[in-house]
Amino acid sequence: MPELARNADRTNDFAIKFANVNGTGSASANALIMKAIFRMGIPVAGKNYFPSNIQGLPTWYEVRVTRDGYAARSGRIDILVAMNAETYQRDVREVISGGYLIYDSTWPRSMLLQREDITVIGVPLAKMVNETFDGVRNRILLKNIAYAGVIAALIDVDLNVIDALLKESYAKKPKLLDSNTKALRLGYDYAKANLSCPLPLKVTHLDKTAGHIMIDGNTAAGLGCVYAGATVGAWYPITPSTSLMDAFKSFCERFRVDAETGERNYAVIQAEDELSAIGMVLGASWNGARAFTPTSGPGISLMNEFIGLAYYAEVPAVIFDVARVGPSTGMPTRTQQSDILMCAYASHGDTRHVVLFPANPEECFYMAVQAFDLAERLQTPVFVLSDLDIGMNDWMCKDLKWDDAYRPDRGKVLSAEELNKLDKFYRYVDRDEDAIPYRTLPGVNPKGAYFTRGSGHNQYGGYTEDSADYQFVLDRLTRKFTTATRYVPKPVTLGRGNCEVGIISLGSCDGAVREALDVLSRQKIDVDYLRVKAFPFTSEVEAFLRDHKLIFVVEQNRDAQLRSLLTIETAVEKSKLESILSYSGFPMSADPIVNGIRAKLAETPRLSVIK
Amino acid sequence: MSYINKPKVAHPSLPTNALGLTRRQYEGAMSTLCAGCGHDSVTAAIVEACWGIDLKPEQLAKLSGIGCSSKTTAYFVAGAHGFNSVHGRMPSIASGAAAANRELTYIGISGDGDSLSIGFGQLAHAIRRNINMLYIIENNGVYGLTKGQFSASADIGTKAKKGEVNLTPPIDPVLLALSLGATFVARSFSGDKQQLVPLIQAGLKHNGFALIDVLSPCVTFNDHEGSTRSYTFTREHYHPVIEADFVPKASEITVDYQEGQALSVELHDGSQVILRKLDASYDPTDRSAAYHFIETKIKNHEYVTGLIHIDESSTTEFHTLNKTTKVPLNRLPFEKLSPGNAALQKLQARWR
Repeated sequence: MPELARNADRTNDFAIKFANVNGTGSASANALIMKAIFRMGIPVAGKNYFPSNIQGLPTWYEVRVTRDGYAARSGRIDILVAMNAETYQRDVREVISGGYLIYDSTWPRSMLLQREDITVIGVPLAKMVNETFDGVRNRILLKNIAYAGVIAALIDVDLNVIDALLKESYAKKPKLLDSNTKALRLGYDYAKANLSCPLPLKVTHLDKTAGHIMIDGNTAAGLGCVYAGATVGAWYPITPSTSLMDAFKSFCERFRVDAETGERNYAVIQAEDELSAIGMVLGASWNGARAFTPTSGPGISLMNEFIGLAYYAEVPAVIFDVARVGPSTGMPTRTQQSDILMCAYASHGDTRHVVLFPANPEECFYMAVQAFDLAERLQTPVFVLSDLDIGMNDWMCKDLKWDDAYRPDRGKVLSAEELNKLDKFYRYVDRDEDAIPYRTLPGVNPKGAYFTRGSGHNQYGGYTEDSADYQFVLDRLTRKFTTATRYVPKPVTLGRGNCEVGIISLGSCDGAVREALDVLSRQKIDVDYLRVKAFPFTSEVEAFLRDHKLIFVVEQNRDAQLRSLLTIETAVEKSKLESILSYSGFPMSADPIVNGIRAKLAETPRLSVIK
Repeated sequence: MSYINKPKVAHPSLPTNALGLTRRQYEGAMSTLCAGCGHDSVTAAIVEACWGIDLKPEQLAKLSGIGCSSKTTAYFVAGAHGFNSVHGRMPSIASGAAAANRELTYIGISGDGDSLSIGFGQLAHAIRRNINMLYIIENNGVYGLTKGQFSASADIGTKAKKGEVNLTPPIDPVLLALSLGATFVARSFSGDKQQLVPLIQAGLKHNGFALIDVLSPCVTFNDHEGSTRSYTFTREHYHPVIEADFVPKASEITVDYQEGQALSVELHDGSQVILRKLDASYDPTDRSAAYHFIETKIKNHEYVTGLIHIDESSTTEFHTLNKTTKVPLNRLPFEKLSPGNAALQKLQARWR
């Protein structure tokens, strides 16, 4: 949201941040406000900044109301609901000039009045709630709903929409519905009676959310695994990927349990560590089931050895990396794109892996399915590299659709009959000249028996220490990686196509890049945009790199990992690539992209980018 | 290793099993282990055991990690798929494979290095998860492929080939398995085929995790004087307490057992293990008594062998606990797995 002047009318275009203590039940109040705005037809983006902790530490929730439908963080806070005394001071600083700060005036907070350029609104929330409700825990929970009522009045949220949401949430708990409705009115009525409502920052009904849902990427990916026909999921709990397996499990409980017998058409195994989790995936895939593991960077570090085995022995596997901030334990509840190189080249020896880069929850759903098809078609591990921002935040996405005609691509698996027709089966012979061999499953036909090994092997699957035989297989694997470019999703492009300047980005940067393109375009700066959806890079990526004189590579890590990968894997001259990096742990906003591009172009006047 | 290749053609008079297969059809590639290696005897016992229970070769999946012992999966049942994975991680491969297809018979071959050091965690958790498989540890107390370092099963005071004396207490896989609740725990000696074959057969039929610790001397790095894992030492301290006979389903029990000494345990498929108690006081169904007995014997440097513990009444096998459908997961038709677009549209109401 870099252009204040343009936004004189701030209706349906502002950001609210809720500052809370974690473990106090604030999430439901914040979600209530966001969902109500979404139901009023106004696009929203929600970002949760939570601590790696269960109770008592500061947590924030940001709701961006965005009539233009931008997916990125706004980078600016207009209204701050300061409910955590511990963070008051920094919360006050964060409100932009001309913004609003709402706090609980039950206790006087003189330091809040230090800023004269913002409007400070005190509401005696605790006092009102304590006078109306009993029970310590109850009061803490309902105070959240009370501030939601205040906000609803201040920004003019349709009360009927909120009422409907509360009724849905507490359909089976009339007592809770009663107390929540009462608490909401407490705040709402107070604001109406004592404050000038609504603020200039308000919402009005639009019709921009029909055909859309609010969903997080982990839920969407877990659902994708169910739809793809995955039957074995193995995992070790790790933030921020845990909710992916939680989702898979709950959808399986709904869709995969036999109504009569109670028998399960799936197996979810909580492994003892990530090494074991990926081992289970390989064992199950080797045996012909669709199997996957969700994890995050530290888990991939541990899985490296097995990933190399899967690459070399050509065993399918689907691995979701919901990336968080590294290195090491890093900041587990913050987002980053710093696992790109690790996934692309995981394990010792010469290895290269197929990596898919979803940009939002919708793509998590579809790419989950694609990942299984690719893994089985190519007989290799496939990564779906998401991140915490995509995985754990609620994004507005188009309704998910499913083609009932879809059938899984199980790749080259020989049946008992096909094996009978063969003289002899050899595991790693390139019969079709696409570098993808045929495989067999245990239990089908003794003629299909072969020995899977990570040790040196020849094209017949036999152990070898012969250089030529070893190299023959290794070189075929290189060709197989080239074959992969035929199957992986092509990049998305935006723009005229013939600009001199381009942006290449990936994953969750997409929202920020698209918003930056709009801003730049209004400033008469035209830039083409390509978002890579997969590694290996397809010819479109190579062409885009060739056809642009200056290319900004936008990504969320310190070391410009996508830029490195492009320089290693394409013919691009390194000097053409200019990095725009964000690695604070917060999702990227459009500002650094706009500012970075403007600054660079100012140094490079010979480029004719101005219309 | 042997330098003479086995002839491919079997003699017509060789006996066949119920499937019409000879023992030769349960063999694998030529062993590349040292001549006289105990592991090769274990391989021979596996061949005999699989032939004897009429196992369809393709119904067996052979899994291993890394090490001398792990190589042996290539040396038996050529008609079975094999998976030589990474060091110490065979249990996870086996767990995933068993999850995907509950119908196959799984045999994991490991060593004391593979199982008790690098793979200790995976072994423990496969036992805890009660994966339906037979897990054989070919236990020789040393790392053979890296030329004779002590393994975690080396006894205190045992001498390495170069004279170094081990001072660190050993981990005993039998005590480990007993303490983790394994429902089939046995120990044997590679040189005692008569004892080993029925143990393997019963282990393959057991519904759950079956562990057999096989003392298997390393002729190259641990068969010298001063070693507690040499052939000589093992034979001297070898103490069979309970011998097992395996009786397949539908076979009549004809052997005459002394009353009070024999104990018959029916396995889940109807076959039976008949245990002959050489030590009358020993009760293999009592886990804590078994633990105490073995621990006491270990203190006296005695290797107790036989079927040390069996619990066929257990209901903790992985698929039983998971309530997995009877049809192997890898064979479920896609229509049963993917809920379809109508369900998806209905589901999405919750996200509006």
